[in-house]
Amino acid sequence: MRDLYYNQAIAEALTEEMERDPNVVLWGLDVGAYGGANAATKGLYERFGPDRVLDMPISELGYVGMGVGAAATGLRPVVELQFSDWITLASDMLINQAAKMRYMFGGVLQVPLVLRAPIGGYLSAGAQHSNCFEAIFCHTPGLKVVVPSTPYDAKGLLKSSIRDGNPVLFFEHKKLYGLRGPVPEGEYTLPLGEASIVRAGADVTVVTYGYMVGKCLAVADQLGTEGIGAEVIDLRTVDPLDDLTIFASVKKTGRLVVVQEAWRDCSVSSEVAARVAETILDYLDAPIARVTAEDVPIPFSPPLEARVLPSEMKILDAVYRVLDRAPVGG
Amino acid sequence: MEISREQYIFMLEKMVKIRLFEERVKELFAAGELPGFVHLYLGQEAVAVGVCAALNEDDYITSTHRGHGHILAKGGEMKYMMAELFGKATGYNKGKGGSMHIAWPKLGILGANGLVGMGIPIATGAAFTAKYKKAGQVVACFFGEGATNQGAFHESLNLAAAFTLPILFVCENNLYSVSTRESRVRRVENIAERAAAYGMPGHMVDGNHVVAVYEAATDALEVARRGGGPTLLECKTFRWRPHFEGEADTYRPPEEVESWMKREPIAPFRAMLIERQIIDEGKVNEMEQAVSAELEQAVAFARESPFPEPETALADLWA
Repeated sequence: MRDLYYNQAIAEALTEEMERDPNVVLWGLDVGAYGGANAATKGLYERFGPDRVLDMPISELGYVGMGVGAAATGLRPVVELQFSDWITLASDMLINQAAKMRYMFGGVLQVPLVLRAPIGGYLSAGAQHSNCFEAIFCHTPGLKVVVPSTPYDAKGLLKSSIRDGNPVLFFEHKKLYGLRGPVPEGEYTLPLGEASIVRAGADVTVVTYGYMVGKCLAVADQLGTEGIGAEVIDLRTVDPLDDLTIFASVKKTGRLVVVQEAWRDCSVSSEVAARVAETILDYLDAPIARVTAEDVPIPFSPPLEARVLPSEMKILDAVYRVLDRAPVGG
Repeated sequence: MEISREQYIFMLEKMVKIRLFEERVKELFAAGELPGFVHLYLGQEAVAVGVCAALNEDDYITSTHRGHGHILAKGGEMKYMMAELFGKATGYNKGKGGSMHIAWPKLGILGANGLVGMGIPIATGAAFTAKYKKAGQVVACFFGEGATNQGAFHESLNLAAAFTLPILFVCENNLYSVSTRESRVRRVENIAERAAAYGMPGHMVDGNHVVAVYEAATDALEVARRGGGPTLLECKTFRWRPHFEGEADTYRPPEEVESWMKREPIAPFRAMLIERQIIDEGKVNEMEQAVSAELEQAVAFARESPFPEPETALADLWA
């Protein structure tokens, strides 16, 4: 199988869907001849022309809203935000409009909009270019939220997102654009709302998503050398959440660590922990542990950012904690 | 501009429909029959009707919290609207929307909106679709003068102009944003002047003069249909009622309200049509009676219709 970079996998998904469906159109900042700030729309302007691939002015509310209106009238716009941090500027169009329109109007229209947006830290990009805002949108009924961790998942999930009849927020981690991985030639899609067990294990369940998947796998490798079997679940879609895969694993291992890059309070990890506690508390042999960003804005200076964001060491500590072992840091 | 007899009669009938509908809604609300709150369109009838008379059935509109007039003018049926206002299962949106959230895409009605100005980007997106599909459709986007102070207005008008989208931005300037005389919080004298900032034409019309609105809308929409891009149309008008029913209207001088009510849009137009023998008085009376009868049937339909089953509250979220 050939390897593709994550951004190439996204560009390929967009190309295939635009070839397949003339209603798929694309816009955002610098997505045209420039190819997108992360090269995820490279070649599309040349291939599909200025009617289908449009550079936008810096008007996040305006052009996301234009996507909502275009989606409500029969197109399938894929809108790119250059940084997901600016999604706050467009939040009314997502939270009060796109998310509600189908329901509020009794099902007479739908909003098949995809909003792609780069998330995440580990780049010293500072407090306004490092956010992971997915929980805000998981909290809002009517939006689906996808956070792919590999080129393979990015392609298959983006194609499904474009074909979905609902508004989908598709968050791509900036550190992943340069990740290479196997992507088969030819057509495939991956269903939204299905987690993937990326590593099997019997001793502890590690639920995670996005850029944290790689860190959790590295920790699982380390645990493996110590004879501890960590089962790593990549949620892939954080809303809808694949409860059943999580529950089946926790029933088997009896121990749960939830790892996310986003802030802790009222987050995806809160939701996973709550659902496990509500549903299968009796299967737990230890309290649930969470590894998240500290609840402060993401700071600039490398040692400060490292203190705030999750690390392999912090994940390892959390696993040891639920296994009732001494922490690494002593 | 040549206006056909049918067009004149269409405009009179729609304005009468809105007037009677809104007066009935006022009574029903006061009697406690309608849940929630309602914002009445009384006094502004000529704007919705003048603009919608220039639209085809497959053209789009977006509406506002004060939206009943737009929806009736675009072809909405009183019975399904009234049922929606009653919160009944037979309403346009199964009782999930209510007064501020009526949509019916089959008539190009993309939704009234509870957030001031937020229909403007959505309308701009509909105009993108219309241009992209080359189906000759246009969009009329209604909003109040208060909405023109939102960033959404600025961003959307710039986008529509930059991409030459087929859309008419219709500002219904009724002078007050809730209690604030909106000119106190804006420096330019007329909303239409703001069009210059986007490189699009901006026009002002008497929003209580249905023919003036119709002519201005028709001209602008012809430009839009030809690929000439958007226009901003400011219609000077006035709402007769408080911001919402039940609000204490302490902020508008009574003489201002009275003077605008004297300049009401329907009676002079009705008299003009009779005088110019476009329609005779007997036919007008018949038409008004027919609207009244339809309205009473609509009220009866709404009253007799069932409330939605509570479990339907959990449906319709996902496509």
